[in-house]
Amino acid sequence: MTGQTSTFRIAGREFGSRLIMGTGKFASCQIMAAAAAASGTAIVTVALRRADLSGQQDKFANILSFIDTKKYLLLPNTSGARTAEEACRLARLGREATGSTWIKLEIHPDPRYLLPDAVETLKSAETLIKEGFTVLPYINADPVLAKRLEDVGCATVMPLGSPIGSARGIETRASIEIIIEQANVPVVVDAGLGAPSHAAEAMEMGADAVLVNTAIAVATDPVRMAAAFKAAVEAGRVAFELGLAPKRREAEATSPLTSFLKES
Amino acid sequence: MSFISEFDQLDLTGLTSFAENATGATVEAALARSAEEVRRTSGMLLADFAALVSPKAAEPQYLEEMAQSSHRLSAKHFGRVIRLFAPIYLSNECINVCKYCGFSRDNPILRVTLTLEQIKTEAAFLREQGFRHVLLVAGDHPHFASAKYLRQCVTVLHGDWPSISLEVGPMETDEYKGCVQAGAEGLTIYQETYNRAVYDKMHVSGPKKDFTWRLETPERASSAGFKRVGIGALLGLAPWRSEVIALTSHANYLLKHCWRSQLMLSIPRIRPAAGEFQPLVHVGDRDLVQLVCALRLTFPEVGIVLSTRESPKLRDGLIPLGVTMMSAGSHTEPGGYTGQGKEGLHLTKGGRVIKRMAPLVESEGEQATVQFEIADNRTPIEVAARLESMGYEPVWKDWEVVLSEG
Repeated sequence: MTGQTSTFRIAGREFGSRLIMGTGKFASCQIMAAAAAASGTAIVTVALRRADLSGQQDKFANILSFIDTKKYLLLPNTSGARTAEEACRLARLGREATGSTWIKLEIHPDPRYLLPDAVETLKSAETLIKEGFTVLPYINADPVLAKRLEDVGCATVMPLGSPIGSARGIETRASIEIIIEQANVPVVVDAGLGAPSHAAEAMEMGADAVLVNTAIAVATDPVRMAAAFKAAVEAGRVAFELGLAPKRREAEATSPLTSFLKES
Repeated sequence: MSFISEFDQLDLTGLTSFAENATGATVEAALARSAEEVRRTSGMLLADFAALVSPKAAEPQYLEEMAQSSHRLSAKHFGRVIRLFAPIYLSNECINVCKYCGFSRDNPILRVTLTLEQIKTEAAFLREQGFRHVLLVAGDHPHFASAKYLRQCVTVLHGDWPSISLEVGPMETDEYKGCVQAGAEGLTIYQETYNRAVYDKMHVSGPKKDFTWRLETPERASSAGFKRVGIGALLGLAPWRSEVIALTSHANYLLKHCWRSQLMLSIPRIRPAAGEFQPLVHVGDRDLVQLVCALRLTFPEVGIVLSTRESPKLRDGLIPLGVTMMSAGSHTEPGGYTGQGKEGLHLTKGGRVIKRMAPLVESEGEQATVQFEIADNRTPIEVAARLESMGYEPVWKDWEVVLSEG
């Protein structure tokens, strides 16, 4: 199915999958790597705080060694940062350690629901873009913020469907629809997608991609769940490109009431 | 405005009695609301928690259901990972007389305060074992464990340690700020007991006698910028259901008022220590299991810490129920990992040095006295291997130095 849908690009780079996978919460790095392969993903995101950034190949913090950068684009993220300054520091350190100039901005001062701070995110996006980073910001589903981030040069916007790990699906639907309608950069629905049907729903709405982590990581069989998400994302995208049948309140009459006009 | 005013209004007697008399229907309703993460008023949250720690909820059919739901919520919010950390005891000098603590000023024990170089040696040993998260522990002493000394300890470790936390005597907000600026990320402070009468009896003398000052400490720590704040009750001093209902009320307050700090909960049980203190109330393994489940069900996003005070069997059993962070291979005496500080050992009684120990070069017998005996003697690698065999990833590093630069 993938081959039939239009291509997906971020910052001029083409990707063969519209499913981005997160790497937290897995029972082991081996299972994470197997799930990434089964998901068909082309981009995996890693929390820099989990990785060794000292350049000493720390075997107790070796998550990066499980990610084949020939197969995947490594997308470091700033999870744990609570201010723009912390996110910038972490991004710079991540660039030195991984060589990647791509950064997924995550700034959540609230450690309970991990909801993103709009003010700090915009501030750090501006700074990092000036420093040459390709910035993909995780945001609440705020259409005005999405436009502001696009204006300062973000490569995507990544609105949340519902809080990270909540598995509640797309509870921000109305706002995400506006974001998608207005965006000139790819829209990646990030966070809260707890079931393949949620991912399919995002794709049917016209999101360019989705990011999934918890639902795959904590599944009884993460590898098979990754494959299920892959299928759902592909199906949702095909459906969006073909155009969904409009919803109707009533059944459509099999014998149209105005057909007599054609009879003469 | 601080938690003290809310605490003073808390109907602890009423809630405890509600727990003791909870019926099956009450437990079932609380369990259903908790498992579904239904948002509740503070009052209903506390009543539901009381029902979950009730004798009724300890009955096998409810306890198993609680365990299943706790496991599900833990996996959902934290995944299949457990963070590991180790304590470094800096000093066992203390000016407080506390009946239950091995470091109590009255206990005639061998004491020492490690120098910065000695601390670096202890830390290097732990780093070699894999730890990247460390908890610095010290007795409460304005001279030996001063704010300046503690700040220096953080400073010398900061570059090599992604996460440094403190468990020391309560300080002023400005003193805490100094520690945060030096690179400390977390602060742990147990109220020990939320029962004022028992608190007064247990804390015979010293600044720790001030119940309110201690109760307000997590708020000072949070306003000073600590990113993680841990609270807890030392189980075994007062009837445990009342203790944990008060702890829950405290946690709920902190979640609302100190929202920038990640809250961690601990529920240590009293262990054998110098002074031969015997627990005043019994808290069994089954009680602890019920409690971990009740906390997880009440606060799905809050971290729960488990130390080596508990046995390997119980620790392993508690992991899937909601524990998020564990210590391993711990020593609870200064210099315990590498034998540092022997030349500074001295015996004190009533706060006075009564005997300086001769430097022990040949013999390895003498060492500083432990705060308490640990119950899980497995090495960190053994604990990590056990986690892996249970389907959990042991996470050694989950923070970064640049995130802890005040």
